[in-house]
Amino acid sequence: MDIKLIKSQFPIFQEKINGKPLIYLDSANSSQKPKRVIDRISKFYQKEFSNIGRSVHSLAVTATNRFEETRDIVKKYINAKSREEIIFTKNATESINLIATTYGEKFIQKGDEILITELEHHSNYVPWHFIRQRKGAVIKFAECNDKGEVDVDEIRKLISSKTRIIALTHLSNVTGAILPIKKIIDLAKTKKIPVLIDGSQAAPHLPLNMQELGCDFYAISCHKMYGPTGVGILYAKKKWLDELSPYHGGGGMIEEVKKDGITFAESPAKYEAGTLQTAEVVGFSESIKFIENIGIKNIMQHEKEIMEYGLEQLRKHNSVKIIGDPKSRGSIISFTIKGIHPHDIATILDEDGVAIRAGHHCCQILHEKFGIAATARVSLGIYNSKEDIDVLSKAINNCKKVFKI
Amino acid sequence: MDLKELYQEIILDHGKNPRNKKKCDGFNKEAEGYNPLCGDKVHVFLKLDDNKKVIDVSFEGEGCAISMASASIMTEIVKGKDFDIAKKIISEFLTMIREGSKITINNVSKNENVTMMSLSGVKKFPMRVKCATLAWHTFISAAEEKKETVNTEKID
Ligand SMILES: Cc1ncc(COP(=O)(O)O)c(C=O)c1O
Repeated sequence: MDIKLIKSQFPIFQEKINGKPLIYLDSANSSQKPKRVIDRISKFYQKEFSNIGRSVHSLAVTATNRFEETRDIVKKYINAKSREEIIFTKNATESINLIATTYGEKFIQKGDEILITELEHHSNYVPWHFIRQRKGAVIKFAECNDKGEVDVDEIRKLISSKTRIIALTHLSNVTGAILPIKKIIDLAKTKKIPVLIDGSQAAPHLPLNMQELGCDFYAISCHKMYGPTGVGILYAKKKWLDELSPYHGGGGMIEEVKKDGITFAESPAKYEAGTLQTAEVVGFSESIKFIENIGIKNIMQHEKEIMEYGLEQLRKHNSVKIIGDPKSRGSIISFTIKGIHPHDIATILDEDGVAIRAGHHCCQILHEKFGIAATARVSLGIYNSKEDIDVLSKAINNCKKVFKI
Repeated sequence: MDLKELYQEIILDHGKNPRNKKKCDGFNKEAEGYNPLCGDKVHVFLKLDDNKKVIDVSFEGEGCAISMASASIMTEIVKGKDFDIAKKIISEFLTMIREGSKITINNVSKNENVTMMSLSGVKKFPMRVKCATLAWHTFISAAEEKKETVNTEKID
């Protein structure tokens, strides 16, 4: 695999940051975009644009087709059973809110339990907190161990006759741990508890197969998958989409509207009210083609190699402490440096063109558990190479120099 | 180089060995400050006498070198001054951080002036400005007994 060639497809890498080449190590936050995705959006606006699904003129037909083709591409990519199971949202956050709100409204009552984990991003906690407040439900947190993993047994321990849903991340955006979600889903099935997977971090890096996985809901943010911002995916089993009520009301999601009553469209339209981010959705079809061209297995393998090299290089710095040590790790490494706050690290690395994220990464529960306020995080994409890690390592030396440690 | 301007000796020193980082004895006012974007927290403790003179001031908190150094410097600058004067100094300080102006007020010594100016490097790092201003806002909040936590997202 020619990483240089792949990297050359990303126009952003022609930019200089503080006069230096960009070393982008913040893909877990959002990935950069290949030219074909950018061009696709531009072409759509220049040659194919009109609002979808509402008019009979030719452009409307073209735009609608391009939009709906993307749904088919997504369906195939994640191996959903039917295209109706693919709902376009604005991000993973909205996908989770959609389910927390509609499922919570119907199936969660006072005293019922929502089971999440200590690893969750605020996106997979706050929406459930709203249900907790509104319904008087209880949120239980499956414990994460020192390695930053959540074991199936921790989930098993907390399941009770009151558990109404299990919602957890596929891949931790802080420790990088890949959770044993297949085992958790199988366990939940024996108890007839639906499972929502926050796939924000997994989707760009792991093969996705909804039918094999068997989860009820899976949330994706396309901007982390080399796709445009403003597009998310909610995968939900058809039976849930039939059973749950609409989330937002408006145009496009109705069947018939009368003064004394309204009936709703079938999914996916039922959950896609109003004018959507049409061009971005169409652009996302190119992200999937980009990933498929390289092959997700090849992406995994490449990123694993760079991640392991990164761990090795970071461990050579004796003031660096890596947070968590999961057996199964995605391409995310969070760390601290003794005597230097993560924000200072991020500022100093930026001078060398190295972009990382510092903070609590929207995981305050986890940081509190580890007794740290913030960490520095390196996260990879297909465009990263060992040379990037070498620049990172030198930039860390510079941090130590600035702080005289 | 900009980094050297940001992380000047004085700042590194205050960051590593912050002054007045404790709960001061007999404090009669306090306030908390929080930067939700990065999680920096400061808690300012203040002893004002009846004439609104700053008898003692201290802080506790957690955050980056800039925010901790800035809090430490703030306590040194305002201690022993009348609150009304401290407020004027702070106002000049905040303008200096934002606009890069000089501090001209004559209620600070030359040394104090240099110490405050050591934070001027942040203006080239817009994401870090709030780290440098949090403690100063929080001091005013304590003195004026504002009940709400100072939130850097709600001030400029
Ligand atoms: C694990 C996880 N869940 C959810 C999200 C939220 O993604 P978005 O802001 O795109 O909705 C993120 C993004 O950082 C994440 O890492």
